Amino acid sequence: MAQTILKVENLHKSYGKTEVIKGVSFEVKKGETKVIIGPSGTGKSTLLRCINQLDSPDKGRVWLEDVEISKSHIDINQIRASIGFVFQSFNLFTHLTALDNVRIGLMRVKGIKEEEATKIAVEEFKRVGLGDEMHHYPAQLSGGQQQRVSIARALAMNPKLILFDEPTSALDPELIGEVLEVMINLAKEGTTMIVVTHEMGFARSVANDIIFMDDGIILEEGPPGDIFKKPKHKRTAKFLSKIT
Amino acid sequence: MGTLISIELAIAFLGLGFVVGLPLAVGEVYGNKFVKNLTVLPIVEFFRSIPALVLLFLFYFGASSLNLNFSPFIAALLAMGFRSAAYQSQIFRGAIKSIDVGQMQAARSIGMSRFKAIRYIILPQALRISIPGWSNEYACVLKDTSLVYALGITELMRQGRYIVARTFGNAILVYVVCALIYFLVVHFGVKLLDFLEERYKIPGYEIKKVTTRA
Amino acid sequence: MNFFEFAWSISPKLLRGSLISLELTVLAISIGFILGIPLSLGRVYGNKIIYTITTIYIEAFRGTPMLTQLFILYFGLPSIGIMFPPFTAAVIGLGLNSAAYQAEYFRGAIQAVKGGQMVAARSIGMSKIKAIRYIILPQMFRLVIPSWSNELILLLKASSIAYMIQVSELVSVGRQIASRNFRTFEVFLVIAFIYFVIVEILNRILHSVEKKIKIPGL
Repeated sequence: MAQTILKVENLHKSYGKTEVIKGVSFEVKKGETKVIIGPSGTGKSTLLRCINQLDSPDKGRVWLEDVEISKSHIDINQIRASIGFVFQSFNLFTHLTALDNVRIGLMRVKGIKEEEATKIAVEEFKRVGLGDEMHHYPAQLSGGQQQRVSIARALAMNPKLILFDEPTSALDPELIGEVLEVMINLAKEGTTMIVVTHEMGFARSVANDIIFMDDGIILEEGPPGDIFKKPKHKRTAKFLSKIT
Repeated sequence: MGTLISIELAIAFLGLGFVVGLPLAVGEVYGNKFVKNLTVLPIVEFFRSIPALVLLFLFYFGASSLNLNFSPFIAALLAMGFRSAAYQSQIFRGAIKSIDVGQMQAARSIGMSRFKAIRYIILPQALRISIPGWSNEYACVLKDTSLVYALGITELMRQGRYIVARTFGNAILVYVVCALIYFLVVHFGVKLLDFLEERYKIPGYEIKKVTTRA
Repeated sequence: MNFFEFAWSISPKLLRGSLISLELTVLAISIGFILGIPLSLGRVYGNKIIYTITTIYIEAFRGTPMLTQLFILYFGLPSIGIMFPPFTAAVIGLGLNSAAYQAEYFRGAIQAVKGGQMVAARSIGMSKIKAIRYIILPQMFRLVIPSWSNELILLLKASSIAYMIQVSELVSVGRQIASRNFRTFEVFLVIAFIYFVIVEILNRILHSVEKKIKIPGL
C-alpha cells in the first residue's frame, strides 16, 4: 500500500466575506500525479497555497506524511523546504543568476556548502534540460527557460511533494511544450505532484487522479479515464466540453 | 580646507542616515502595526516636518539642558544623521514596495524565514533600485552641510567667511567660488553614483530614473 | 516658570516671527511660479540656445546650497555695489531658487502629459503656443500638484535659512528670545512644534485641494 504523502481535511478559506474554499478534503499518495482542473477563480490556486501555508486556511487540517502542518506552532519554514512550489509567474529571484536561484535555497536554508550545492544544482539543471543558461540572469531567459529553472529550484530542495500552480498559463504557446515535457518526465520518475492546470492533454495522459473543482468544492474525483469519458456531474461535462 | 570638512560631514551624515534609515524602512514595510505607527512613522514625520536649521539648534542646545556635553560636531551629526535617516527610510521604503510580491512568496516557498528572505532576496534588489533616489539624497545632504555653519563648525561656508573677513576681499567672488565648489562636488558625486548604478545593474532589467527632491 | 507657561509666554513673539516666515514663503513661491513656468517651457520646447540657458540656470540653483545663494545675494553683492535689505535678499534668493525646482516639476508634468495631446492639438490647427496654453498647461497644472505642494512645504522650511542673513523670521526671533533668558532648548522645542503644526495643516489642505481638482479617471 503506497504511503500517503499529503492529507487535506475539510479545508475552508475566505477572503473578506467571500468563501473561496468551502470544505475540501483529499489525499495524495507517494509517486502519484494529481491534477486539479476546473473553471478559473474557483479556488484552485488558493488551495495549493493553503497547503504550504503561503495563505493560511481558516478551517481544516493538513498533514504532510505524519506531521500535521496546519498547526500554528510548527516551524513552517522547515516544512516549506520539503514542499516544492512552482508559480504561474515563475518568481525567479531577479538579482541572481539561474544557478544562484537554484543554489540559494540549498545554501541559505539547508546550510549546504557551496561546492556541494553547486553539484546538486547542476544535476537539477540537467534534469530540466538546461545547461549554460545557468549563468544567465532570469531577465535574459525565455519564459519557458525561466519556468524550467523554477522547477529546478523546487527540485533541488529534494521535496517530498511538488505543487504546480498553473505552470504554463503565463507562457507563450510555443514554449509550453518544453515545460510540459519536464513535468511528464518528473511524473514518470515517480515524483509526487499536485498540478493545477488547463492543459487537458497533460491531465489526460499523465495524471493518476483528477480532481474537478468548481465553486470552492471538489465536485468529482477519479482516474482520467472516468472523468474524461464518463463524467458524473453536468457541470463537469459542461466544463470539459468547453475546453476539449 | 573647508571643502574636506564639508565632504567628511556629508559622508558622516549619510552614513548614519543609512544605518538607521534601512532598518526604519524594513520596519515600516514589514513591521506590525505597533512598530509602524508608534515608532517608525512618528520619527520619520518629526524629522521631515522640521527645518534642518531648527533641528541643529534643537540638538545642540538640547544637549546642554540635559547636561550632556555635545560638541557642535556631535550635535550636527546626530541632528543631520537622523534627519537623513528619515528621508532615506522613505527612499528604501519605496524601493522595497516596488519589488514584485512574488519574490517574497518564492523565497518563503523554499523555506526561507522572513528575515532570510528580506536579507537575501528583497534587500539586494531594493538597494539597487534605490540608487537614483539615494543619489538625490546625497546632493541634498551635501548642500545641507552648509547649515552647520550656524553651529560654528568650520566647513566650507565658514572658511569662506573667514577669507572675506581676513582679506577684506571681494565677497562676491569668494562666495561664488564656494558655490562652484559645492556644484562640482555634487556633480561628480552624482556621476559616481550613476556609474555605480550601471555597474551593479541587474542584467536585463530596466530601472527608471525619477528626478525628485527629497 | 515651567515649560508650558514659558511656551505660552513667548508664543506671541514667535507667532509674529512665523508670519514673517510665511510671508517669505508665499512671496518666494509666487516668484518661483512666475519664473518657473517659462523656464520649464524653455527646457521642453525651446531651441538649443534657450535650452542651454535655462538648463544652466536650473543646474546652478539646484546644485548649490541655499545658504550660499543667500550669502552671495546679501554679503556678496554689496562688494559690487548692490545692496539689498535682508528681507528683499531673502525673497529674491528663495524665489530664484524655487523657480529652478518648480521648473523641473513643471517639466516633469509636461512630459507626463501624453504626446498625443500635442499632436492632436496641432492637427486641428492650433499653433504651438495655443496648444501649450489650452491643452498642455491645464493638464500639467493638475498633474503637478503633488510635487508643487511638496515644494511649498520645503520652501517654508527653507525660510529658516533666512535667519543667517538677519531676516526676522521665526528662528531669528527664537534666538533673540533665547539670548535674553537662556532657555534656548525650550524655545526651539516650541519653534519645532510650530513648524510641525503648520506643515501638518498645509499638508492636509493641499491634500484635499489635490483631491478636488483631480482629472476624473487619470
